[in-house]
Amino acid sequence: MKQTLLRLGSPLVTFAFVLLAWEAAVRLFGVPNYILPDVSQVVTALYRGYVDGEFWPHLFFTMKAMLLGYCAGSLLALILGGLLAEAPIFERFVFPLVIALQSMPKVALAPLVIVWFGFGIESKIVLVALICFFPIFINAIVGLRSVDPNLVDMMKAFGCSSLDIMLQVKLPHAAGPIFAGLQIGVVLGLIGAVVGEFIASTQGLGFLIQNGANALDLGIVFAGLVSLAVIGVTGTQLLRFLHARLVFWDRKSATSVAS
Amino acid sequence: MMAHAAREQMQDMASATTDRNVPAVLLERLHVTYATAAGPIPAVADLSLAIEAGSFVSVLGPSGCGKSTLIKVISGLLAPSAGRVELNGAPVTGPRPDVGIVFQQPTLLPWKTVLDNVLVPLRARKAPREEAIARAEEMIALVKLKGFERNYPFELSGGMQQRVALARALIHDPPVIVMDEPFAALDALTREQMSLELQRLWSHSRKTVLFVTHSISEAVFLSDRVIVLSPRPARIVKDIRISLPRPRTTATMADAAFAAACDELRRQLYAVTGAGER
Ligand SMILES: Nc1ncnc2c1ncn2[C@@H]1O[C@H](COP(=O)(O)OP(=O)(O)OP(=O)(O)O)[C@@H](O)[C@H]1O
Ligand SMILES: [Mg+2]
Repeated sequence: MKQTLLRLGSPLVTFAFVLLAWEAAVRLFGVPNYILPDVSQVVTALYRGYVDGEFWPHLFFTMKAMLLGYCAGSLLALILGGLLAEAPIFERFVFPLVIALQSMPKVALAPLVIVWFGFGIESKIVLVALICFFPIFINAIVGLRSVDPNLVDMMKAFGCSSLDIMLQVKLPHAAGPIFAGLQIGVVLGLIGAVVGEFIASTQGLGFLIQNGANALDLGIVFAGLVSLAVIGVTGTQLLRFLHARLVFWDRKSATSVAS
Repeated sequence: MMAHAAREQMQDMASATTDRNVPAVLLERLHVTYATAAGPIPAVADLSLAIEAGSFVSVLGPSGCGKSTLIKVISGLLAPSAGRVELNGAPVTGPRPDVGIVFQQPTLLPWKTVLDNVLVPLRARKAPREEAIARAEEMIALVKLKGFERNYPFELSGGMQQRVALARALIHDPPVIVMDEPFAALDALTREQMSLELQRLWSHSRKTVLFVTHSISEAVFLSDRVIVLSPRPARIVKDIRISLPRPRTTATMADAAFAAACDELRRQLYAVTGAGER
């Protein structure tokens, strides 16, 4: 109990300290609020945005693009990763292309994606999917490939089918790396959504931030940033939780119970 | 339906084991050569061996001589380059339901409970669930792990994990069990206890066991017969009968006859590996 409080409390202390330092710096050095808004200004912007309600459509837009793109991207990554890990011939033909694509900064594709998929949410979904695809894809392949061959031999010796081996051995084994990929994917996917909104959009948190900056209303800019951070943190924490829950055997140290 | 067929097949195998004329394991002029980038590596060369049903046979040999290769061929995981492999008179062409295997490592699935790990061979044959679970619980009790059914492998000690692997190898009641250095990763004391337990299990069921080990005393303690292999490629260089009375106990280990048998075997091994006596 005390441990949990400490774990949840410690980051809050750091957080409060940063806010205090920020506020103090703005006041002490008289920083103009078109360079750095003070904390109260950000809070006001957040309050107005979410209580009066004009932020909600933007938040939903970004979240929708993020969710759909992320699901599509990770699903595709898992399927293609599974195929590639299982079929060596497939690997010879497709893998070089994948490596070439991977070493290219995906945000550079954003203008092209917008030309192809328009100014609406579709282009953002595609961008998110494209960017979060790679870490999940690569991790799926590495995870499936790194399975202990002795476990596979054991399953074969006891008469298990290839499907059994895939579902009962390879997939659970790859779950750890896949979750690591999924976690990276959240952060990268969010970048995709925001970049898409920066380039061409009439909605979304990225659009909100850019508009705020253009109007030199940094309160709104920071409110947008905070919103993005909340989405990112929520997403990663959710995955971290699922990871610990589903891949329970990976826990390095056991906990002992004092009775 | 399939489970029924599998059980019937297993029963056939079981009845075959009572036929003393058909060896449980038959290897004839067996050759295994691995093809590697650096050229072919002969691992087994012209090896012939017949193992009588119901006997406990140990295989000893220098490291890298081809013992694991032999185990893989018998369990159908590796096709020989040449020669015949038969189990109870039927040729081995792939993994078979009438062989149980225990590897050097426990090779348990970390994400499955003890019960589910033990169930793997029965699930593979789609055995009826209720029956399978009852049988698994029986096996878990047999290896003295009652109460650990719902635990995960990482919650068990090395010796306990290896006992789970043993229960898994026994669950489908195979007449033949092959074991590849099953106790190698255990400490000396646990190892001795596992030997005792293995003997107990074997004397109940009288299965045919092929047991690969590096331990001379383990081989002498458990076996009816010890096969000594040459360095790679493996050939049989000695075939020794151990006629110490059974059941053998910890007292047997202190016996002069036991010591003499170990000594004899050690001498043979040294002669084979060319290490000489020191
Ligand atoms: N997959 C493989 N590919 C190529 N060569 C192999 C392979 N597995 C084994 N070998 C070769 O075959 C020989 C026999 O290997 P094996 O694993 O059967 O030895 P072993 O007697 O079990 O050794 P140890 O006592 O160390 O376990 C080794 O010398 C090795 O070089
Ligand atoms: Mg070996």
